[in-house]
Amino acid sequence: MDELLREYLPIIIFLGLAIGIGLVLILAAAIIAVSNPDPEKVSAYECGFNAFDDARMKFDVRFYLVAILFIIFDLEIAFLFPWAVAFADISMIGFWSMIVFLGVLTIGFAYEWKKGALEWV
Amino acid sequence: MTPIVIAFYLFAVSTITGGLMTVVSRNPVHSVLWLILSFLSSAGLFVLLGAEFVAMLLIIVYVGAVAVLFLFVVMMLDVDFAELKAEMTRYMPLALLIGVVILMQFALAFGAWDYSDGAADRIASPAGEIHNTKALGLLIYDKYIMLFQLSGLILLVAMIGAIVLTLRHRTDIKRQDIVGQMMRDPAKQMELKDVKPGQGL
Repeated sequence: MDELLREYLPIIIFLGLAIGIGLVLILAAAIIAVSNPDPEKVSAYECGFNAFDDARMKFDVRFYLVAILFIIFDLEIAFLFPWAVAFADISMIGFWSMIVFLGVLTIGFAYEWKKGALEWV
Repeated sequence: MTPIVIAFYLFAVSTITGGLMTVVSRNPVHSVLWLILSFLSSAGLFVLLGAEFVAMLLIIVYVGAVAVLFLFVVMMLDVDFAELKAEMTRYMPLALLIGVVILMQFALAFGAWDYSDGAADRIASPAGEIHNTKALGLLIYDKYIMLFQLSGLILLVAMIGAIVLTLRHRTDIKRQDIVGQMMRDPAKQMELKDVKPGQGL
C-alpha cells in the first residue's frame, strides 16, 4: 500500500509545483502590474466595432453529436485497459467476451459510418 | 500526521469546496470548472484508497469527456440568465421541499446504519498481491460477463440513439462523393463545339 503511494510522490510534487506557480503568477499580476482602468480600455472590443451580439449563441447540434460519440468510444477504451493488463492470465471466456463486446460496438460504428454521422457537413 | 493523512485532508477539502462552489457560483462556466476540480480531487482520494484504475478512469472519462461535454453545453446553449433567475424564485419552494426530503432520507439512512459482522474482513483489498487493475480484469470479463455484455449493448443503444435524435442531413449543399469523383472520365466532361463566326451556338 505504502509502496503504491510512494510511486505517486512525483505526481504530488508536480501538483504542488503547478499550484504554486499558478498562484505566484496570478498574485504577481494582481500586485506588481500597473492597473489604471478606463471605460474605453476595459470595454469589449471586436475589431474596432462595438460587440455585435452576446457570445452565447445557438450552435449546431452536430458538435454535440461528435462529443457523445467520443464519450462512447472513450468508455470502450476504458473497458479495454483491465483486459489488456490481465491478458496473460485471462480465461478463454474472458477473451471471447471482449471480442463479442468489440463486435457489438463495431456494429454501432458501422451504423454511424453508414449513416454519415462522421461526415462533417 | 503522516503525509498520507495530510494528502487525504487536502483532497477531501478541495473535493467539498469544488462541490460547494459548483452549486453556489453564479456563472455556469465557473460551475463546471469547479466540478472538474471536484472530480480531480476525488481521483486523488481514490489513489489514496489504492484504487488506481478507478482514479484514472475518473480523470479520463469524467474530466476528459463528461466535464468537457458539460462545458460545451453550458457555453453553447442560449441561456438567458435574467430569465433563469426569475424562474429560480418560482421554483424555490419546490427545491427546498426536495432538499428537506433528501436530508431526512440521509438522516434515516445514517441513523439506522449498521455494519454486518463480516464487513470488517472485507475492507482490506481482496486482491492482495495482485495489482488492482489486473484483479478487475480477471473479474469483469469472466465472472461478470453478463453485466459486461449488457454494458456493451447499452453503449450501442446510446450510440444509435444519439444519431437518431440529432443527425439531420442538410440537403442544400454539395457533398463530396469520393467514388463518383474518382471514376469521372475526363474525356466525357468537356465537349468542343466549332462555332461559326457571327452565328453563335
